[in-house]
Amino acid sequence: MSGSFAKHFKMAVSRMRAGFLVVLITALVLCASLLLSAPSEQKRVSIYSTAANYTLSVIDRDHRDYVSLLEVLEPLGKVSGKTDGSRWKFRYNNVDAEFNAGKTRARIQGHDIDLPANFLLESGRGLVPLDSLTILLPRFLGGPVTFNVTARRLFIGNVSVHFTAQAKANPPTLVMDFSSPVNPMIATEPGKLRMVFTHEPIVPPGSQTLTFDSKTIPSASYQEDNGAVEITVNGSEPLFASFSNDGRTITVTAAPQTAAQVAARTPQPQLNLPAITSPVQPAPYTPSVSGGAATYFAVVDPSHGGEERGAALGDQVSEKDVTLAFARKLRQELENRGVSTLVLRDSDATLSLDQRANLANAAHPAIYICIHAASQGTGVRLYGALLPAGGENRGSFLDWDTAQSAFASASQTVEASLIAELQKKQIPVRTLIAPLRPLNNVTAAAVAIEVAPPENGISELNSPGYQQLITETIASGMVAAREKLEAPR
Amino acid sequence: MIPRHLVIGTAAMLAIALGMSVYLWRMRGRVPRVEPAAYSGPIAPPVSGPTEQVTLYVADDESGMLRAQAARIPLPAGRQERAQELLRALLGLYLDKLSPHPLGPSAEVRDVYLVDPGLAVIDMNAAFADDHRSGILVEELTVASLVQTLSANIPGIARVKILVDGKQRETLAGHADLSGFFDVSAVNQMVAQMQNAQ
Repeated sequence: MSGSFAKHFKMAVSRMRAGFLVVLITALVLCASLLLSAPSEQKRVSIYSTAANYTLSVIDRDHRDYVSLLEVLEPLGKVSGKTDGSRWKFRYNNVDAEFNAGKTRARIQGHDIDLPANFLLESGRGLVPLDSLTILLPRFLGGPVTFNVTARRLFIGNVSVHFTAQAKANPPTLVMDFSSPVNPMIATEPGKLRMVFTHEPIVPPGSQTLTFDSKTIPSASYQEDNGAVEITVNGSEPLFASFSNDGRTITVTAAPQTAAQVAARTPQPQLNLPAITSPVQPAPYTPSVSGGAATYFAVVDPSHGGEERGAALGDQVSEKDVTLAFARKLRQELENRGVSTLVLRDSDATLSLDQRANLANAAHPAIYICIHAASQGTGVRLYGALLPAGGENRGSFLDWDTAQSAFASASQTVEASLIAELQKKQIPVRTLIAPLRPLNNVTAAAVAIEVAPPENGISELNSPGYQQLITETIASGMVAAREKLEAPR
Repeated sequence: MIPRHLVIGTAAMLAIALGMSVYLWRMRGRVPRVEPAAYSGPIAPPVSGPTEQVTLYVADDESGMLRAQAARIPLPAGRQERAQELLRALLGLYLDKLSPHPLGPSAEVRDVYLVDPGLAVIDMNAAFADDHRSGILVEELTVASLVQTLSANIPGIARVKILVDGKQRETLAGHADLSGFFDVSAVNQMVAQMQNAQ
């Protein structure tokens, strides 16, 4: 009897242990999956109107999307909200509304309306279901709205931006024309160029996938999600985007070919530049073996951009905006003088220092000019690279940090030409060397230009007249440098 | 029926536990609470003793150059401690209201490490970089001043690395590259050009 009890007791204990083990393993798996799961992307809704284009955070309550009504209407007019117990009184311009926490019934200008889910009141903040905006906004704004709920993109009035995309054969190029200026975030990866438009009310083309009769750029796709539009251009080669027509046109080309192809159109004397794979040549330029087209090509790099604002030049002006304005003017001046020019950043895009060096080196320019702006001092300061210690080239591979070393004399030649031109125009100029990337990574004559204000003060730094004077002078210096660089030949 | 001795034993234990709790509560009230002292950064040992003459290379924004400035400061015997005191004296000048090259008010030298052969690692606090003015020249002047002051007064330093808050930082304030090592001879050349630049 006692033996049978002991047997049953042991079995019960064994079962309990097994059960405990199962519970423990389940708990561990659950914890691990919770810890390892990537944080979900913040949900957003983009609102486009004639007054403003803006993006708001979407709040998840009981597996439903909510948004703060006050935040939705604040950029469009005068708003106020007042909590009275569970009631929330809201006013937009002259329209009065009343909502009740936990209820679907609301009242706008004396008319009852039913929301698709309960109104929520959190710390005095009135939250309405996201899909109720199509019911609420016409009553507040007095006009229709179009809401793409899946993509969370809401259009108030007729604000759409349309675009067309057309492929051109020689050179392989995709030209995208937009009905209004655009400023997307651009990212590249092998075989793809992605443009993300957050603040532009772009509407989809006829088909989500666009195909082109081009081997280099065979297709592009349109996708909208989470308050943004993404246009992906597919390419068989690395792609590069440039802006023109005041931001209304984006031209996508194959990055490495761009320089040579653009330069080939310019009837200039022959000058073939060394590739990154021939860094050990002491002279930076060698005559063209093929006797092909001219390749005197300039890369202009407006420093900073995107979230990297650079120096604050006064209350409202950032260095990134001033450098972009100078770069665009310099490109114009250089092209007027027959020098093909690539501006690395032609919008408010973020480019890392490594990306800038990579793009510049891939273009094989004769001259790389990096533009900075400062509030200290007057005139123009020219900087050559302060090369860091060490650096060892192995065969055809250059040390990244000292890649500029083989081009130091060419950089000095360009500096000398720029100084001569600046002095001719009586612009104060100073030459220095500085630990300033990406100068030391560039495999071409490379000079950084820091433009300081004229004697009249910092406000002049952004004046078209001063920018014109500086860019004309720099462009003349760069053209003069060409002759000096060719002289040893 | 619970035996009587068990009831008495349990009651006694409960009484003891209650008594101990009351005693502990009263003791806790009597012992003064010691608050942790406020710590705002690394504490340097006080430096005293005889002063020594050193040369500080002070950045001047107006001229865009470094000025050699003689100063007498108390210096400890160790090389590393001397390096720290030198840079603290230099930063002291920049924190002055009338400084020719003002830095953020909370800028500090956290530490200086002298690593053989010939490498000095300067560790500045985050405020030094976060509050630094942005611009090629203004950042270059700061870097040149630190490197030149250190190498001119501590023999044997060939390379300098600048860290911010113990970590490598890409640039000082958007321009001067802090990702690499500064070669003292190259910085000397940079300073010479700075002094001669027209």
